[in-house]
Amino acid sequence: MADQSPRPAAVEAREWGWRHASRNAWAVRDVAFRIESGERVLLLGASGSGKSTLLHGLAGVLGGAEEGEQAGSLLIDDEPAAHRRGRAGLVLQDPDAQVILARVGDDVAFGCENLGVPREEIWPRVRAALDAVGLDVPLDRQTKALSGGQKQRLALAGLLAMQPGLLLLDEPTANLDPAGVAEVRDAVTRLLDVQATTLVVVEHRVEVWLPVVSRVIVLGDGGVIADGSPDEVLGREGAGLAARGVWVPGIPPSHPPAPARAPGAALLSASELAVQRVASHPVASGIDVVVRAGAALAVTGPNGAGKSTLGLTLAGLLPPASGTLAATAELAGDAGSSPIRWASRQLLTRIGTVFQDPEHQLLAKTVREELEVGPRALGLDETETARRVDELLERLRLAPLARANPYTLSGGEKRRLTVAAALATAPRLLVLDEPTFGQDARTWAELVALLARLRDEGSAIVAITHDLDVVAALRAERLELGAAS
Amino acid sequence: MTLLDAHARTGRMSRVNPVAKLGAAALITIPLVLTLDVVSATVALGLELLLMPLAGLGWREFWARTWIVWALAPLTGLTIALYGRTSGEVYFHWLFVEVSAGSLVLALATTIRVLAIALPSVVLFATVDPTDLADGLGQVLKLPARFVLGALAGLRMVGLFLDDWRALELARRARGVADRGRARRFLGMAFALLVLSLRRGSKLATAMEARGFGAPGPRRWARESPFGAAEWALMGVGLAIALVAVAAAVAAGTWNFILGPGV
Repeated sequence: MADQSPRPAAVEAREWGWRHASRNAWAVRDVAFRIESGERVLLLGASGSGKSTLLHGLAGVLGGAEEGEQAGSLLIDDEPAAHRRGRAGLVLQDPDAQVILARVGDDVAFGCENLGVPREEIWPRVRAALDAVGLDVPLDRQTKALSGGQKQRLALAGLLAMQPGLLLLDEPTANLDPAGVAEVRDAVTRLLDVQATTLVVVEHRVEVWLPVVSRVIVLGDGGVIADGSPDEVLGREGAGLAARGVWVPGIPPSHPPAPARAPGAALLSASELAVQRVASHPVASGIDVVVRAGAALAVTGPNGAGKSTLGLTLAGLLPPASGTLAATAELAGDAGSSPIRWASRQLLTRIGTVFQDPEHQLLAKTVREELEVGPRALGLDETETARRVDELLERLRLAPLARANPYTLSGGEKRRLTVAAALATAPRLLVLDEPTFGQDARTWAELVALLARLRDEGSAIVAITHDLDVVAALRAERLELGAAS
Repeated sequence: MTLLDAHARTGRMSRVNPVAKLGAAALITIPLVLTLDVVSATVALGLELLLMPLAGLGWREFWARTWIVWALAPLTGLTIALYGRTSGEVYFHWLFVEVSAGSLVLALATTIRVLAIALPSVVLFATVDPTDLADGLGQVLKLPARFVLGALAGLRMVGLFLDDWRALELARRARGVADRGRARRFLGMAFALLVLSLRRGSKLATAMEARGFGAPGPRRWARESPFGAAEWALMGVGLAIALVAVAAAVAAGTWNFILGPGV
């Protein structure tokens, strides 16, 4: 495959910029750099610095004039990137958004079909590409049965089969567990050995890609603010980048202090608990755990172990499959001991839940109204509602966004909003599903500090997480669920 | 999604081009929707049941897939019996309900017709894989690839919608708004689902474009979609069922063309 693959692409940005049609501000502007054929580049920058926009521009998927306005030029092999579709391949962050067809082989072949590759050449390419990313499954395996890491490798194979000269990766591991992260990184390393390709990768977690890249470019206000070898750039700009949310190796975000007091009263206890989403399909069982006030509990384990399902069950949203889950009088008050029997309104002051995907729980047209939903459901008066909402807007740095539509916020802002919305009714227990997923270092530190403070104020925290740093930072007790059988 | 999880992919019928199945089902259906008589529907249903074992579907799977048809067809008939056009002797009368000799005959004809139209369609489509259908629509019928593949990729997202819907339900309970206003909440969730699907759709479109979908130049198909003897034979069987049914009705004098002059 290597001998027939085309030359790696050279990339050049000449004072390039892009403004989305619906926005007044430029997403990115005045970007200038040249990447030589075969270079491997890590593209860094704070959230909102336009890294993704730049990658989409290189992939030629930003669309035409009706989608936005372009300044300067973006060239692949000295031609406008938009004219070189197929020369560059793009892998996106969300594994589920990139699976196109139902069977693995067909999905990998999709790009070749679009480029008009002859049929007899497609299937050898498909097999070679799956080989290169180490995805050793039959061609007719259902794509929906793959794990997140496998789906990202499938997307990589789909691009590789198109034999691009330029590989663009947009936070390809942000939504994966640690095993998936290593899986994808190793697949990229291996495929670069098989097929020489220019590589541009965007990722907050720098240390994952340091072994692969030879150059780091940093985007900031006014275009490129640093460009050079990884050692040089991180040495010079490391502290500044860390302050703007990039995970720089050797500069971890600060951890909050340990709890001053021992855990308080038990709020919720499970014994021999089995949990399920769909009737008679339990995904985890034999769970014994006590959730205590003033303490954090971290639920960890591989994908598919039933962590989220356990979270939703503890939160009183799913009925247990078997076993018992009982709230103590301390948590339940006058509401009975079984959380699933509580009314929706009764949950508000007892258990708050922050879902993994913030968009599932957005209800209102503005950020302020979103925070008012809970207090209004409780029947609080206008003054008290306003007092709570104003306080949360300040505390979670959402005040400037009070009138924005929640759907238009960035990932980090949406996460802060859903946490704030849960806090607006002051629940004794807060259940969070992957609160730090895909967050930059700054949002990470803020969330962890906030959770630590809630814990010290006497709330109980249950965090479902892959992120062992969260477990350490919160001094959380750890409940490890096993792999699904 | 029964369409996506079809297990009946091993029989001889599973290898027949889906376009031929579509064609055969259409050939059977067309004359049956053009007439309203018992004879044509009964003859078609009889022939279909005789041929059913050749479809390569086990009995278990046959019942699992078609029970809903067997359940709904008599219900359709019942409605016609109670409210259908009155003629002949009236057996029973109550408010708008009027059961007559004429409406009973009509009811029987309707029940058999629903079975005769729905059973072959369900059985033939049980063995259709959506990807193969898209290949057939694109290569045999030469429908535009943009349209066919867009629909195919969209179909795959239906499973995600179900997950979204469940999550939306739980999230509303968690936000304290699930106690009252069922109808309003349903509308809110439907709107949220619409927004989520549009966003998923646009992400999917980006992913497809990133793989050269819609690139200038001719597109090729990785999988062949052969249309040969087996396909023509299946279409022939469909045509034969249709012709025999029509001929029997005409011979029996019951042919009742709904677009023609009334009886």
